[in-house]
Amino acid sequence: MAKKKKEEIRFAPTGIGDVNEGAVQKGVDLPDATEKTHKDLGLSEEQLLAMYEQMYLQRRFEERSMQQYQKGKFGGFLHLYIGQEAISTGTTFALDDEDDIITAYRDHGWGLCRGISAKEGMAELFGKATGSSRGKGGSMHFANAKKKFWGGYGIVGGHIPINAGFAFANKYNANGNISTCFFGDGAVDQGALHETLNLAQLWKLPAVFVVENNGYSMGTAAARHTVAQIVDRAKGYDMKSAVINGMDVFSVYEKMKEIADDVRENSEPWFVEIRTYRYRGHSMSDPQKYRTKEELEEYKTIDPIQRLKTYMLDNELTNEDQLKEIEDKVEQEVLDAVEFADESPFPEEKELYEDMFAEDDPYFHV
Amino acid sequence: MAELQFREALKHAIDEEMGRDERVFIMGEEVAEYNGAYKVTEGLLDKYGFKRVIDTPISELGFAGLGVGAAMRGLRPIVEFMTFNFAVLAADQIINHATKVKYMTGGQIDCPIVFRGPNASAGQLGATHSVAYDSMYAHFPGLKVIYPSEPGDAKGLLKAAIRDDNPVIFMESEQMYGMKGEVSDAEDFIIPIGKGKIKREGSDVTLVAHGKMYHLAVQAANQLAKDGIECEIIDPRTVKPLDLPLIIESIKKTNRCVLIDEAHPFGGLAAEVGFLIQREAFDYLDAPVQRVCLPDVNAPFSKKLFDAWFPSPKQVIDAVNQVTYRT
Repeated sequence: MAKKKKEEIRFAPTGIGDVNEGAVQKGVDLPDATEKTHKDLGLSEEQLLAMYEQMYLQRRFEERSMQQYQKGKFGGFLHLYIGQEAISTGTTFALDDEDDIITAYRDHGWGLCRGISAKEGMAELFGKATGSSRGKGGSMHFANAKKKFWGGYGIVGGHIPINAGFAFANKYNANGNISTCFFGDGAVDQGALHETLNLAQLWKLPAVFVVENNGYSMGTAAARHTVAQIVDRAKGYDMKSAVINGMDVFSVYEKMKEIADDVRENSEPWFVEIRTYRYRGHSMSDPQKYRTKEELEEYKTIDPIQRLKTYMLDNELTNEDQLKEIEDKVEQEVLDAVEFADESPFPEEKELYEDMFAEDDPYFHV
Repeated sequence: MAELQFREALKHAIDEEMGRDERVFIMGEEVAEYNGAYKVTEGLLDKYGFKRVIDTPISELGFAGLGVGAAMRGLRPIVEFMTFNFAVLAADQIINHATKVKYMTGGQIDCPIVFRGPNASAGQLGATHSVAYDSMYAHFPGLKVIYPSEPGDAKGLLKAAIRDDNPVIFMESEQMYGMKGEVSDAEDFIIPIGKGKIKREGSDVTLVAHGKMYHLAVQAANQLAKDGIECEIIDPRTVKPLDLPLIIESIKKTNRCVLIDEAHPFGGLAAEVGFLIQREAFDYLDAPVQRVCLPDVNAPFSKKLFDAWFPSPKQVIDAVNQVTYRT
């Protein structure tokens, strides 16, 4: 009898650069985009142009911030949202301005959607006193509390229970607002998510928990870090759920509006998986060996900004000149932001001790 | 003055603050329909209803984070942990979120929240139910840490904690809940956070002890008084901000100090205060500062081992004898 070949013991499913196992894992399977027109969705031509401008702003803001990072204008982490702009844009158009938004560290797009100007955002990246968080937060901690954007957070999954707290406060105050929380596919493995989903359903909180599944938890494809379909987590909590095509702003807008209406009316949470793709690495130091160039190029053919542009041109809702005008305006806005950030002062040293406590003259242990 | 149990003093504080501010609510395991695992919240559900007195699942990370979010949105949560030993599961929310959200958003968001519950050991509960966490939390910038020893202090400080616009850790003890003490009848009795108290005056040696250890210091002091040694007992009441001037003033008078702390030795309050004393009162010391604290060992179950593990009045007396060169 031939000796049975001894199998190598493995735990984590393998994939990256494993010639024996074959192909690199593909990011995500996108569900079909909505077939509805902007009119079906109740969106005006002005709104479409505003959506286009918003998405284009996020894209150019980040492309320019990447350049500035590479020029050594600022340090720290820089996690880019490029490719995922339809999610922030479609969602903020679908929500009421009084609804809460909280997200993880890939937060620039969300901040720009909720009132952080390109100048304040870029200055925050540069660590300047004029930044949206006065230079205390940096790339990962954009926030604009006045516009109910409660910030970007850096502990994977750590902000998910906080969103339940926002929903709790909205229900407590009976103000009719809902709260929405965005996080990456890497966060679905954290206990914080599971504890929060249980609490949210048990207490009937008006909250939406959204996975922006971009296919990779840093360098680990979804299939290598989590079991089953992500959206099916909802089943265990008897929670309403949906999967959305995140490369199409209409699909995001349509479904998030339906969900927001339902949450507002019934005070019940939803768990939503929006499938998307990030074009850049996890952060600036990511060599991206976990995916092929072909895969990346494939997704770039379904770029959400290009898609909206094509829709508007095909339907003669705008023309090249008008779009060029918007693009030029945004380009100038971003260039001005870089100049503003570059010329802005750093915080004064005394500011090191500011913003720790609510009172004016707090105690610091020495 | 009224004589109240520790748990009653806490309840009065919570009740008064809920009565005066609609934004205050309490949540935790068994706080509502069960009337509190240690009966601190007894009767509050009947008075304030299910909206403001809320039973949680056993889900410390989840409900602590929910509290942080509610506080960020302007409510004033009191989050009860059945013990701070369980709050370790919620440490991400306390340490990474509650203490940092204001700073990292450039001051945009306040987080007025109280995390409270019993701290440290309570008899033979084994290794995972017996840890004192006050010094650990005091390590982190942005947290105020209170661990009172008597009902009157507990009431005044808990009311101050609930009104504070920052995250506050408020620690109690299973073994003190039934302890009685004088509590001020004054309307709106508040003790400012960060103020210690000289609880016993004496000229021979300064004892610094808070929380449950305060009572150990009292026992030792009473014993030593029979031998003619008069101890001055300082109860910091608040671990952070620490009332260091009160301690230093006392040492300038007694020139000797014993620190009594229920933490393990490495990096505990005793270690910190010991450093501060050498910096601030080096020239006043007639003997090296000594400390009585837990050994660098987990809590055992067996009664005999537990008694060997837990600080005793005898250890305090021995330490006093050492600093007064009576050995």
